Amino acid sequence: MASKTETLMTIEEMAERVAHELDGDYFVNLGIGMPMLVANHIKADKQIMFQAENGVLGVGPRAEPGAEDKDLGNAGDENVTVITGASFMDSATAFDMIRGGHLDSTVLGGFQVSESGDLANWKLPNRKLGSFGGAMDLAVGARKVIVMMKHVTNDGEKRIVRECSYPLTAKRCVSTIVTDIAVIDVTAEGLVLREIAPGWTPEDVQKLTEPPLIIDRAKPWTVQ
Amino acid sequence: MVGGFTGRGTPSRLLLALREKGPKNLTIVRNDASGGWKNPIDVDILIEAGMVKKVITCFAVFGSPKKVSRLERAALDGKVEVELVPQGTLAERIRAGGAGIGAFYTPVGVGTEAGVGKEVRVIDGREMLLEFALKADFALVKAYRSDSLGNLVYRKSARNFNPLMAMAAKTTIAEVEHIVEPGGIDPNDVMTPCVFVHRIVEAGNGE
Repeated sequence: MASKTETLMTIEEMAERVAHELDGDYFVNLGIGMPMLVANHIKADKQIMFQAENGVLGVGPRAEPGAEDKDLGNAGDENVTVITGASFMDSATAFDMIRGGHLDSTVLGGFQVSESGDLANWKLPNRKLGSFGGAMDLAVGARKVIVMMKHVTNDGEKRIVRECSYPLTAKRCVSTIVTDIAVIDVTAEGLVLREIAPGWTPEDVQKLTEPPLIIDRAKPWTVQ
Repeated sequence: MVGGFTGRGTPSRLLLALREKGPKNLTIVRNDASGGWKNPIDVDILIEAGMVKKVITCFAVFGSPKKVSRLERAALDGKVEVELVPQGTLAERIRAGGAGIGAFYTPVGVGTEAGVGKEVRVIDGREMLLEFALKADFALVKAYRSDSLGNLVYRKSARNFNPLMAMAAKTTIAEVEHIVEPGGIDPNDVMTPCVFVHRIVEAGNGE
């Protein structure tokens, strides 16, 4: 693992990779924290209506210093702007959009994802209290759930596991996992390895992943 | 109930006044109760003052375990009980409370700690949890503008939980930036009709 450290994708590179997964999506919610970086990597010619669960549809770039509005933020309390065509709504309506299946996709952070697509992202197991925020609603309601997380913990513990040992956010909800070494799809057949980071082999990724990965041997896995 | 989402749309002046009044054993319903956002005046001032026995919220702690919220500390000391609720479920429980609905079924939280002890029913082929409505004796809400009848207008993302909580309490007190005469707000623009609002307090915009 240590010898590969230099080839782990950075968080910004991961965000850029996640941005490609949103091709064709229009109504998208970015979770608090790391997923919010994805907005910076959407190409200018691509139209996305970002939803923020605090009641904004059409979130724009961050507000310039001096141009912040005390009444306008995203769900992570960042000062933002809105794009042309944006709207504001109360929290019940914001979650009607989410729970009602009106969002094309959401990008969430994760602690663990299981083989069957269960997600754990709201509480560390050794902590008495946690925060649900809007994660449970997003995981259940969005049509596509992309999880963006490092492949293993700082202690080297696997995060993609047979069964989540951390408290669950939702069962069978994850579509795709983007990590710092791979892109993996959750399918009815199991976890399918779709892409690996430069310098990695499918076997390297498998070693750091608990469930067996479905690997297309005919595919030219690039080794750089 | 206390409106707002982080500092935005939070009735800070009413919270300060409530702290001064000093009632005990309060049950607080509030989106985020971890404090620590940009606005320093939040429900955690009531927790710190020892006025709170229970908090019903979506955010009890910060993401990083290194940062311990006042609520987390009080809960670990056994001083405050916490009921954690998924955000959309919290919004809907409050809306139901104001709308005369007793309970509803939602797919959110099935198979998680949020579903422990709750009735599960399969509706439309999907497992759903029974969630009960929330009501309050008082709702403290924040609006941008009001007329003297209590018709409220909110601004941008400061709306959030305020219109829902305004409907769900026996007495709703609105902190507003400006009060205008009746007719000063176009009926098309009213977001919370005055039937839901019992007191208004003009508090300026805090700048």
